[in-house]
Amino acid sequence: MKKVEAVIRHFKLEDVKNALTEQGIHGMTVTEVRGFGRQKGHTEMYRGTEYAVDFVPKVKIEVVVADALAQRVVDTIIRSAQTGQIGDGKVFVSDLSEVVRIRTGETGEDAL
Amino acid sequence: MGPPPEIAAQEAAEAKPVDFNRGDHAWMLVSCALVLLMTGPGLAMFYGGLVRKKNVLSVMMQCIYLMAIMTLIWAIYGYSLAFGPGPDNFLGELIGDGSYLFMQNVQTYIDSKQGFVVPMAGDIPRLTHMLFQGMFFIITPALIVGAFAERMKFKAMVLFMVIWGTVVYCPLAHWVWGGGLLQAGESPWPILGALDFAGGTVVHISSGISALVCAVLIGKRLGYGSEPMPPHNLTYTCIGACLLWFGWFGFNAGSALAADGIAASAFAATHFSAAAGAFAWATIEWTLRGKPTVLGACSGAVAGLVCITPAAGHVHMMPAVLMGLLAGIFCYCACTTLKNRFGYDDSLDVFGIHGVGGTLGAILTGVFATREVWDIHNGQPLGLIEGGTQMIPQILAVLITWGYAIVCTYIILKLLDAVVGLRVEQQEEIQGLDLSQHGEEGYIFL
Repeated sequence: MKKVEAVIRHFKLEDVKNALTEQGIHGMTVTEVRGFGRQKGHTEMYRGTEYAVDFVPKVKIEVVVADALAQRVVDTIIRSAQTGQIGDGKVFVSDLSEVVRIRTGETGEDAL
Repeated sequence: MGPPPEIAAQEAAEAKPVDFNRGDHAWMLVSCALVLLMTGPGLAMFYGGLVRKKNVLSVMMQCIYLMAIMTLIWAIYGYSLAFGPGPDNFLGELIGDGSYLFMQNVQTYIDSKQGFVVPMAGDIPRLTHMLFQGMFFIITPALIVGAFAERMKFKAMVLFMVIWGTVVYCPLAHWVWGGGLLQAGESPWPILGALDFAGGTVVHISSGISALVCAVLIGKRLGYGSEPMPPHNLTYTCIGACLLWFGWFGFNAGSALAADGIAASAFAATHFSAAAGAFAWATIEWTLRGKPTVLGACSGAVAGLVCITPAAGHVHMMPAVLMGLLAGIFCYCACTTLKNRFGYDDSLDVFGIHGVGGTLGAILTGVFATREVWDIHNGQPLGLIEGGTQMIPQILAVLITWGYAIVCTYIILKLLDAVVGLRVEQQEEIQGLDLSQHGEEGYIFL
């Protein structure tokens, strides 16, 4: 199994969710996160005092899928989250050793 | 045909003590409530939004606790010290007396000769006058809270405000409004007779300059200048600023103590100055920094309101607009350039807005005051523009207020620092005052 984590723009969340659902992905977890990459932060000003805000708010989606599906999920996310501007985010793919469905105790791909 | 005799007799009995102007009185009761609204929720939200989220409750608590404790002091002795007539000698110019202790001669009573008595203050019941002035006694110390926000011990804050209210506010209010040495038309020395319509000196200069002394003596917040300390919720601040603007109509127009033409003029001048202040501050930011900010517009509105306060019932409308514009410019410079130059941590810019705006307003009152709004000196010209000499008393009143507030605040703080300590422990400051002083958190998300 693979875990696909994608850090994307807030306003792309709905597009990405719909695109993944169309591909038959029927579960995901979403978190509000902050971070920075090439986009860097921005400055804010309060009564003349400037603050550099390095951590930019983003949304992180986590999807766990069977190995065979992983590439399709990555492609789908890239297609639906892309704007072409700096700050579109990144996708991380990693191996996942185990999944358990708490209600039934099923494990592995049966639990997805 | 009139009402039956028994009802007519009853009406006469009820009407007898209520021989004051009901229109004026209704406006004054509303004004009392408006001025209270300025502290809570107005100032509490304005300040609450500006601090970091670990300290939001602490400034709100300071505001609401001051609403409670200053009210109690006012009822027991504060009003009497400020507005008691005082002895008929020099001491009476400086301070009130015990005439109104515990609300005696303020509340209604039954006299063996006169029967049912409603003590009056001018055209309104003295109770209403006491209430209205009592709301000023709440907001003035509450304004200072912004200077030492995020680091002062709650116990020290309470003791400071009780003493400050007693030895700074009450005498000042007596000098300027209670028939004391700074009141135009009352002072035995006309050169000291300043115009302060709604509290430029008593409220804004006194709190603003005391705030600066507090900020300097208590010292900077941990990490000031090295860690970012942006406001945690500017939506609160914006709502708070709008509530201040709204309540200020009671503060300024209510200070006419009647629903008359002067109140109308003060109301309009207040509104125009606030608008001009918000416009000026936002425009400076837009020009110099590229973007107009919400906090800038809010700060500018408050600066305009502060500046017009002493002048509200004395100036025409275009001078009011000009005063608001100047307040926006001066206070912007004070909160940015001046503060950075000297490096003091006046956390929420109490001095920059109230001290600077109040001083500017008191002096500009000497420029723009006109007898066409309120002919307070029976035909004598007032401001510089109409050829009067009011500027001299205005400047003297500013200097006296600055000096008195600085000296008293310095002594009170030094005493309290020796006895209870002013500042929370370093660990408590890092943890935040909400938890360390009050055992609560502003935001709990499950």
